[in-house]
Amino acid sequence: MNVKSKYLAYPYSIWMMIFILFPLFLIFLYSITLRNPNDIKTITFTFENFAKFFNPIYINVLIRSISVATLSTIICLFIGYPAAYLLTRVNEKNKGLLILLFILPMWMNMLLRTYAWMTILGNTGLINSFLSLINLPNVNLLYNNSAVILGMVYNFLPFMVFPIYTALNKMDRSLIEAAEDLGADSFTIFRKVIFPLSLPGVVSGIVMVFMPAVSTFVIPRLLGGGKNVLIGNLIEKLFLVTRDWNFGAALSMIILVIIFISIKILNVLKIDKESGVSI
Amino acid sequence: MKNKISKLYLSLVFLFLYAPIAVLVVYSFNDSKSRGTWGGFTFKWYLELFKDRDIKSALYYTVTIAIVAAVISTIVGTISAIGIYNMKTNRMNLFLNINYLPIINPDIVTGIALMILFLSANIKLGFITMLLAHITFDIPYVILSVLPKLKQLDNNITEAALDLGATPFYSLRKIIIPQIKPGIITGFLIAFTLSIDDFVISFFTTGSGVTNLSIEIYSMARRGISPTINALSSLMLVVVLGLLLIINKRTTLQFKE
Amino acid sequence: MKKHLILITILFALVLSGCNSSKEETLDIFNYGQYIDEELLVEFEEEFGVKINYQEYPTPEDMYTKVKAGGTDYDLIITGEYMIERMISEDMVQKINFDNIPNYQYIDENFKNQPYDPNNEYSVPYFWGTLGIVYNTEVVQGNPDSWDLLWNENYSGQILMMDSQRDSLAASLKKLGYSLNTTIESEIEDAKNLLIEQKPLVMAYIVDEALDMMIADEAAISLIWSGEAVAAMGENDKLNYYIPKEGSNIWIDAACIPKEAANKDLAEKFINFVTSKENTLKNIDYVWYSTVHTEAAKEVEEFLYDNPAFNPSQESINKSEMFRDLGDNLKLYDDAWTEVIAH
Repeated sequence: MNVKSKYLAYPYSIWMMIFILFPLFLIFLYSITLRNPNDIKTITFTFENFAKFFNPIYINVLIRSISVATLSTIICLFIGYPAAYLLTRVNEKNKGLLILLFILPMWMNMLLRTYAWMTILGNTGLINSFLSLINLPNVNLLYNNSAVILGMVYNFLPFMVFPIYTALNKMDRSLIEAAEDLGADSFTIFRKVIFPLSLPGVVSGIVMVFMPAVSTFVIPRLLGGGKNVLIGNLIEKLFLVTRDWNFGAALSMIILVIIFISIKILNVLKIDKESGVSI
Repeated sequence: MKNKISKLYLSLVFLFLYAPIAVLVVYSFNDSKSRGTWGGFTFKWYLELFKDRDIKSALYYTVTIAIVAAVISTIVGTISAIGIYNMKTNRMNLFLNINYLPIINPDIVTGIALMILFLSANIKLGFITMLLAHITFDIPYVILSVLPKLKQLDNNITEAALDLGATPFYSLRKIIIPQIKPGIITGFLIAFTLSIDDFVISFFTTGSGVTNLSIEIYSMARRGISPTINALSSLMLVVVLGLLLIINKRTTLQFKE
Repeated sequence: MKKHLILITILFALVLSGCNSSKEETLDIFNYGQYIDEELLVEFEEEFGVKINYQEYPTPEDMYTKVKAGGTDYDLIITGEYMIERMISEDMVQKINFDNIPNYQYIDENFKNQPYDPNNEYSVPYFWGTLGIVYNTEVVQGNPDSWDLLWNENYSGQILMMDSQRDSLAASLKKLGYSLNTTIESEIEDAKNLLIEQKPLVMAYIVDEALDMMIADEAAISLIWSGEAVAAMGENDKLNYYIPKEGSNIWIDAACIPKEAANKDLAEKFINFVTSKENTLKNIDYVWYSTVHTEAAKEVEEFLYDNPAFNPSQESINKSEMFRDLGDNLKLYDDAWTEVIAH
């Protein structure tokens, strides 16, 4: 096996063709055809499904989904980066344990944990019960966008922390020492040495959080009280309830395109020959 | 001072992560079936757990599929990541873009698309199809975890080794893999985590009595989730924590040697 | 290397054991979650010497999508009447041989000859219920009896509606005096606007959590199914349930046998087994939904019998409609509902 060979990836490329590309092609087909239940032979090609999207209602939903996901990702980054960094500073024997403790909550079912948040945040929930005990008024913590963002951050934080931790962990300490010797202050060291070296991990983290955040439907349904629908809810509904697979497929394709565009934008901003980051 | 702040920060983060888990565990002892009231302390849900055949079967399939899918995805993903790393930029980007599709696609789309794939190939839905589906959405995450580590690799070491007469396989085993090991482990953990918790994709790609915990739980939601599930989750938590502590003790001992 | 070998062997063993090759006859059942006393499954297996593969689904829509796509071979599916209607019209179920189900005679005549299965050929009723309103008697004054309670501004922020287009639109349509199966666009439009008006008063659109939330006094009023209401009232005695005087929705869950069933005979035997009086009573004890069984209905516990959620008045029943499968017209409801929730 030639270690330098790009052919190492070829078996997987066949897998991708069968299990990723082909199903995606099916979805694409759905998005450009009309449902014709009576006669499978006559397929009508159309862009109607895409045109349907240009309705203020749907565009609103998409914008809301992207903003909620973006906000969640940013918060994850701000909370997760320091956490990842601090984890690398823990003594070696405890590192592995802490990492596993970090991911352990995610092995409990997501629906269960989201219900648990409702118990904590609800009007008769733990926080509000505590507030009443000390005679403070109730706070409306649930069934709004903030609750949804909280849920997203909670669920996706480990996905942000891990890649960053991995990238920071093997960082060459001597580089930091050299910078210190050369008289750089902490902030500059962070800006010029630490952060750039961790960039590949940061980018991975952003990808792993933003993507599912945009398309999740359980969290907005439960914590958002179904009042502010996100695109994931719409798509799920289209596939299951309305059975308009064509429109659902079109929406999925639109999301794909939007995300690819944002990746390309990220790319343009971050192409750095040294860290060799590209997505 | 710095130490105190970092300890505080990490503690807060862990508190945040474990708050709902604590709630879950507490409610596994709730005598009332509902999350709305506290009916008193009881062990009955734990006892019921042992009688419940569906949950036991679901647990078995959940863990099995998660482990097998994670292992296979990690192996394939790591090897493929190395291959991708060796590609020229354009082809690499193409590869990666396709690779990301299962991550970007909403679960329901991936689930239904895979279901159609299996059905049009006349494959009966069951254990194997669910496993294949899990591997499909696990591998991209493995690649996403390993690739950054590959990019941080110091190529000179590999070149040096090859120059000194090491076979490619040897350099893979002794040089590359140790350096990217954190990425591999991260990838494995993420793959395992995703598989353990998946509902939508599993629901649409399984059959023949093969089910998993998530499907059971989501199906329970309509009538109220039975605390037996809380009991199960608490037990799982205890088991894994126990394992962790044991492993940690052993590595600490090794450290001391 | 040895470690790797052991690992691989374990993996192999795990995978192989997952591939079940059982010699005995199996019965594949697809049902709502927690909708049967599992002891009945065990008893059936023992009595008939077979194995049951029992699978659950969260919503009928999930079930339909899977079964429609093909590749499943469930012998028995229990689901809602509107879904059965759809499956009949799409030729997805087969006629039942009622000679194998002598217990069918005990099913209440009121549940037979319904529009979804007019000649009683494809399904056997299982449980039934109504759509109504549950409220907290300590918060809500007086004796509400109308859909108007859900639009009452005095209780703003304490009202729960359902994240289910048929159910929430039904409430709105009935309040306006229209049929909950209407396909007249202006009527649906009115119902939609009424729901949009209501939105500021609504705490949340929930599906399954109404139960917990009402028990916890988290909300004061909720649109709810009778089965959940019974369970909620069982845990919180401040709650009361009623079917609005304008009429509401009555639903039936029934068992049907899909076309691809491999064990039709066995499925019919199971239906008969589950509809015996003793087994029905046992099931009621677990499920707590209203029963279709005439004999069992006489013997349910008093607290259930007295509960309007479990045992609604004939008057309420007469004023209630069943959901019909709207086919392509469902699109009208869906568009209306999407507008409501995206608003």
